[in-house]
Amino acid sequence: MDELFGIPIQALLGQLLLGLVNGSFYAMLSLGLAVIFGLLGIVNFAHGALYMMGAYVAWFCMDRFGLNYWFALLISPLVMGAVGAAVERVFLKRLYRLDPLYGLLLTFGLALIAEGIFRDQFGVSGQQYAVPDLLQGATNLGFMVLPNYRAWVVFASLGICLATWFLIERTRLGATLRASTENPSLVQAFGVNVPLLVTLTYAGGAALAALAGVLAAPVIQITPLMGSNLIIVVFAVVVIGGMGSILGSILTGVVLGLLEGLTKVFYPEASNVVVFVIMVLVLMVRPAGLFGKEK
Amino acid sequence: MASPASSWLPVGQRFWVLGLVLLILAPYAGVYPVFLMTAMCLAIFACAFNLLLGYTGLLSFGHAAFMGSSAYVTGWLMRSAGWSPEAGMLAGTLGAALLGLLIGVVAIRRQGIYFAMVTLAMAQMVYFLCLQLPYTGGEDGLQGVPRGVLLGLLPLSNDRVMYFVVLAIFVAVFLFVVRVVHSPYGQVLKAIRENEPRAVSLGYDVDRYKLLAFVLSAALAGLAGSLKTVVLGFASLSDVHWSQSGEVVLMTLLGGMGTFAGPVVGAFTIVGLQNFLADRVGSWVTVIIGAIFVFCVSAFRRGMVGELLAWQQRRQAQARQGQPLP
Amino acid sequence: MKLTRIAAASALALATLFGSAAQAQSSEPLRIGIITDMSGVYSDLDGAGGVEAIKMAIAEMGGSIGGRKIEVLAADHQNKPDVAAAKAREWFDTQGVDMLIGGTSSGTGLSMAKVALEKKKVFLSVGAATSALTNEQCSPYTVHWAYDTVALAKGTGNAVVKAGGKSWYFLTADYAFGTQLQNDTAAVVKAAGGTILGSVRHPLSASDFSSFLLQAQASKAQILGLANAGGDTVNSIKAANEFGLTKTMKLAGLLMFISDIHSLGLNATQGMYLTDSWYWNQNAETRAWSRSYFDKMKRMPTSLQAADYSAALEYLRAVKAVGSSDPDKVLAQLKKTKINDVFTKGGFIRGDGLMVHDMYLMQVKTPAQSTEPWDYYNVVQTFKGEEAWTTKAESKCALWK
Repeated sequence: MDELFGIPIQALLGQLLLGLVNGSFYAMLSLGLAVIFGLLGIVNFAHGALYMMGAYVAWFCMDRFGLNYWFALLISPLVMGAVGAAVERVFLKRLYRLDPLYGLLLTFGLALIAEGIFRDQFGVSGQQYAVPDLLQGATNLGFMVLPNYRAWVVFASLGICLATWFLIERTRLGATLRASTENPSLVQAFGVNVPLLVTLTYAGGAALAALAGVLAAPVIQITPLMGSNLIIVVFAVVVIGGMGSILGSILTGVVLGLLEGLTKVFYPEASNVVVFVIMVLVLMVRPAGLFGKEK
Repeated sequence: MASPASSWLPVGQRFWVLGLVLLILAPYAGVYPVFLMTAMCLAIFACAFNLLLGYTGLLSFGHAAFMGSSAYVTGWLMRSAGWSPEAGMLAGTLGAALLGLLIGVVAIRRQGIYFAMVTLAMAQMVYFLCLQLPYTGGEDGLQGVPRGVLLGLLPLSNDRVMYFVVLAIFVAVFLFVVRVVHSPYGQVLKAIRENEPRAVSLGYDVDRYKLLAFVLSAALAGLAGSLKTVVLGFASLSDVHWSQSGEVVLMTLLGGMGTFAGPVVGAFTIVGLQNFLADRVGSWVTVIIGAIFVFCVSAFRRGMVGELLAWQQRRQAQARQGQPLP
Repeated sequence: MKLTRIAAASALALATLFGSAAQAQSSEPLRIGIITDMSGVYSDLDGAGGVEAIKMAIAEMGGSIGGRKIEVLAADHQNKPDVAAAKAREWFDTQGVDMLIGGTSSGTGLSMAKVALEKKKVFLSVGAATSALTNEQCSPYTVHWAYDTVALAKGTGNAVVKAGGKSWYFLTADYAFGTQLQNDTAAVVKAAGGTILGSVRHPLSASDFSSFLLQAQASKAQILGLANAGGDTVNSIKAANEFGLTKTMKLAGLLMFISDIHSLGLNATQGMYLTDSWYWNQNAETRAWSRSYFDKMKRMPTSLQAADYSAALEYLRAVKAVGSSDPDKVLAQLKKTKINDVFTKGGFIRGDGLMVHDMYLMQVKTPAQSTEPWDYYNVVQTFKGEEAWTTKAESKCALWK
């Protein structure tokens, strides 16, 4: 059977596989966003900028210090985590008592600042980042040739997502985190340093975004606009999955990537907008998203 | 806070008359009229947005959809179907109102962040349509829209004539917004913004009021877009892009939401900044705008006009100290 | 109320002071404006290098004509037609710009041409490719200087079909330029006996070409026609190599510049055909000019940068010959002189606004054949004068009948 619904099965499988690669990025980025919103109540519009800066840190490591990809995987999240902690301390601390929309606007402003600075330095053209030697080459899967690096992206990001989910939902640290956002004063009374936990959570979200950036660097060009191109799609993913639900974001991210791939076979131009159509439909039926809880 | 209900000009009349005089004289003083016209169009857009955000309390993150779609409708009708400017602009405004109804019906059902997200999502769909439909010219935009002759009398290709037409429409929209806010309908909107459950318990059909505000806001945003198309001669994807939605939020926030002058001041400031800085500092314009955003949200939430009004009230309160309470 | 009266009075006084200051043309500098992509996907093709080339032309003319100093203004349109048009309008209205040079991106070229027509000012389009500038959108104030999509199609299209590439699939940039290039090339391919199996459009400055390339592969065409340019072409070729597309399909870069070859390297591009209007290493004169450009920019000039130089130089020569910067007089002068400079010899401007000159079919050298950095091309064929371009019979320009 060479065709399925009139589409050559080769093309279908190929696009689905590429969609899976994109989906893993969506999953990683929306995971960070979901963590930050679920635990902090901040709609972090700066997430795309953190992702972009994470990729640039990897490029810096290579360009200025000659440190390779594997170092970057470690260094970039640490650097961006520190940046995230600083941002949280300086800007976000005062906004927790206010309408969450203020957090959105402030992080939007921060994203503009970051994007503007990098655009000034690098233009819009983008920097190239080489695939690490270990992951070069491609495998012929019969229906398409898949670069090995993309396979690695799928495994790495899904692994990281599952590890994060496990940390938050199944460990004591995660339980403490979740408790401190629901009832900070009570948890603080138990001797837990809640403000520090909150800062670390935002830093963790930033580190996740940076990690996604490093994974993305060899696949797409590193440009100052790479974050803003993605951020609203990632937002849509988080909203669909349910804004506080971590598992929801992971699943939705992957499924959305697959759906986009599917759309590309039939109506390629619509692949950009399919997530928004789905979001409106989901919100009509389930107001808090697929896995979310109405607060 | 409360202005005399019978007055139909807002507090600070002298400030308004002065502003109007300056605007009337500006083209004769050598200020580039196209720049001022663009600023006024965006000021109309910001006033429309403020009606929704400042006075009804609804943050829409997809308002560019109304301004942009109207820009395309007007542009196409005037260029390819030969319509006159007044017919084209009317069609654009009505189209935006219709779109506002469509999107409003879907979005009003949700609140807060979800409302904002739904408006964003629907605006993205409008963007997609503007990108893909054959009439719009895609990435190249709709170019070569003629200025035409208004009402068969006024040749708009003359920059000065166009300028005064834009000024007249701007003043009209502004006064209309003032009227709406001061009307009983406007009072209900404010009540909804302050405490929606209480408004519901008082028996108001809150959704109906919100939807009407949304449609009104969309229509005026559409008027802004149509006007801009006639002035500049094209409609482009930048008009429907979500960054334009973000920019109008900034203008309103910077100027002062919930005030009349706020959006106007905010719009003129941002357009002025962009115009002045773009040639000199390039990408730093984005940085500066972002910094303004951050500053406004952190420490300046009432915006320029809001802070001014608050200071004025503090002074008045101090002056009244020592006098018996009324 | 008193306040208002004072304010009104002072505003009136200021107005009369500034009033309408008449500007004497003879003391005003002669201004050339260039609006191009300075920071985006096409910034290497023209960009800051184009501005430098114009400065070289100004220096060649001695920096002033008849006592009027020559100035150049530059702006970045970010490949947005509305930004370009607004800037052009502002320059014509408030900055006294006498001549506008159009940089890269066809969408912006078309929008600027319209503004120039409205304001009746000289517009020399260098970077835009779309043949619509001299067909449906031809104007008495537009001169299309360097190249267009028809020339590219006739050159590369025919060469590739002759070399055996009969079945084509297009990867097209989704705007005026890509669409026009695809249409013009498809017409040439079909006329030469080839077939078009399909096409897919990608957004300008796309970040990931993998899904588009998969579709191309599924078509089983022999040739992948890249109807895009600059950074998009570079990334398409890189991705094609990554996904093993080059093993089953040949790539035809319908618009490529020497800066793209430099980015990709000869290994990835050797043997590819491309059509261009100028090459720095063609003769002693081009080499000499290019070396002085290289001294300033540290890169060899692309044909667009050389064309910027030529357009500015010829305009200034015409202004000098006529003794004024009146647009109609200067255009009349330009249209009756032969264009002879480092860019081309024996060029002339014909009725539809096209500057007719020779075009060249080039093939990228193998690494072994290249003797120095930037030595990338062999000139395979020369299309002399009119044979490269749209013929009068095919033309859709209303002015040229």
